[in-house]
Amino acid sequence: MDTIVVHLLNALLYASVMFLIAGGLSLIYGVMRIVNLAHGNLYAFGAYVTAWAVGRGLGGATEASFWLYLLLPVGAFAAAALGAVLEPTLLRPLYRRAEEYQLLITFGLLLILEDVMRLLWGPYPLQASALYEGLGSLTIGESIYPTYNLVVIVIGAAAAAALWAFVYRTQFGVVLRATSQNMRMAQALGVNVNRVYVQAFTLGCFMAGLAGSVIVPQQGAVLGMGVDALILAFVVVVIGGLGSLEGALIGAVMVGVVREAGITFFPEIELAVLYLMAALVLLIRPAGILGRA
Amino acid sequence: MSASTAPPRRVLAWSAPALLLLIALPFVVPPYQTVLLSYGLVFAIAALGFNLLLGYTGLLSFGHSAYFGTGAYAVAFIVKYLKLESMEAFLLGGILASGAVAALFGLLCVRYTKIFFGILTLALSQVLWSLAFKFFWVTGGSDGLRVPTPTLLGGTVRAGGDKFEFLSHRYYFYVLAVFVICTAVMWVIVHSPFGKALQAIRDNETRAEFVGVQVWRYRWVAFLISGMFTGLAGALWVPLNGLTTPDILHWTFSGKMVFFTVLGGFQTFFGPIVGAILYNYLETYAVGNTVYWQMVLGIVLVVLVLALPAGVVGTIRRLVLRPAKVA
Repeated sequence: MDTIVVHLLNALLYASVMFLIAGGLSLIYGVMRIVNLAHGNLYAFGAYVTAWAVGRGLGGATEASFWLYLLLPVGAFAAAALGAVLEPTLLRPLYRRAEEYQLLITFGLLLILEDVMRLLWGPYPLQASALYEGLGSLTIGESIYPTYNLVVIVIGAAAAAALWAFVYRTQFGVVLRATSQNMRMAQALGVNVNRVYVQAFTLGCFMAGLAGSVIVPQQGAVLGMGVDALILAFVVVVIGGLGSLEGALIGAVMVGVVREAGITFFPEIELAVLYLMAALVLLIRPAGILGRA
Repeated sequence: MSASTAPPRRVLAWSAPALLLLIALPFVVPPYQTVLLSYGLVFAIAALGFNLLLGYTGLLSFGHSAYFGTGAYAVAFIVKYLKLESMEAFLLGGILASGAVAALFGLLCVRYTKIFFGILTLALSQVLWSLAFKFFWVTGGSDGLRVPTPTLLGGTVRAGGDKFEFLSHRYYFYVLAVFVICTAVMWVIVHSPFGKALQAIRDNETRAEFVGVQVWRYRWVAFLISGMFTGLAGALWVPLNGLTTPDILHWTFSGKMVFFTVLGGFQTFFGPIVGAILYNYLETYAVGNTVYWQMVLGIVLVVLVLALPAGVVGTIRRLVLRPAKVA
């Protein structure tokens, strides 16, 4: 019984992180019709910044004090700031061009950001495990489970709720959805589309950065983590529907469950099953479970 | 926006000297340069195949590593299980295996265009990558599989003692010959009625369908040919590298293929060839001179997209042709 609970919690942990990454990717696609190949690198960037800040905050100490946990969102804000700079400088000149070029420029950005992180933080992994160990663990039946993982799940759920409220219950959300549905019409009605694009891109990057920030105490920051995460985020958004936040949530939960089951029962083909799942959904419902064509 | 329609005479006027230069080069430059050029020519064959989809059919694949890798792994399996070492067997195996994979993947992918096509090709190529990565008892996992030096032309040309001498001389000419054949075949394909139909589909799918072109079937055949060219390149690549690893199945390798095609210019026939050779030099020197080579490549790509979207060949062509039009 308690092993099932542990597996379920692991699946949820994974789903929370995947939702944050894929939700950002989907939001950006939904509003701007751009598939950002460098999105995974923003997730990695968030992880690195948080790990670096925690390392600085920790100094020589080995025990994490309470205020160190307040450093957790630093990576998310750093990723958001990076996004706010990148959109007007690199992406804006390309909206009128064919989408091949948009994919290519984000691929170029992926290569650049990968090395920027190597330049800033060196080739070795960065850890922030003091935060992970600082919370200890709790017992579920006869199993021991790290408390920090539960924190990540709560943050993921809270982020999903906040995002929902933001998009469906605020003035900004209305403008965002209007721009997403019909950019020209929104512009004709007086919406400053350029501003909406910057805001949407920044918000998407913030989510990616937040994912990196919350997972880094558990997993550490390594080079290449962004590229791996991007493909899984693709799987999530393809299953749920490109541009749909609810879809990203469903996709993230499905990927989380399949991945946890895969690691337990069929480790050799775990990744292949995930990619095949995405391909299958694309074939049956090209727009994804909740997407619009 | 039309692809190269340069008359044959003008193409011959500069491609013949270029070919002579490629033949003469091994006698002049150091062997290392020849091997480097072999890599470039191999990538050029892949780029030719890739551009049949991007430049002529208007489909951007982000999963062509699947066919390159299938070609390479087919060779490794031929060595491992059939104990053959004839290059012709390698090429045949590479083409057949990648053709089979492309035929299957193509059936699934050609129903879509634009971003969905890109993502679907990417997801399918990642399936192969994860299989090669995880089934280490078959594929060697991340260590990959070794491939010995092959014998050429039905066993009549052998490697002898010095492997490097073989690669920089006999194997170079072998690659060059295959490259010339591939270029000629692709030239015929894109200038045939079939090639014209593909361009019609690219420019206006609805109209093409209206005049009786069966869009999905043409796209599928283009996909198949494209995959086979890329698979052939993969098979030629393995003996050069001596080893095949899952890296060449990973989607970032597909990204490189897109990169060098755009670098040369995907709206011209010869652009991808020039782009592949240039890219190979660029990457080799960037890797050799700095650990931040990815950043160098990324900056080149960003500048290229922002400033020279027509690519190297496309830009030169425009510069050369513009005065002619005025006169």
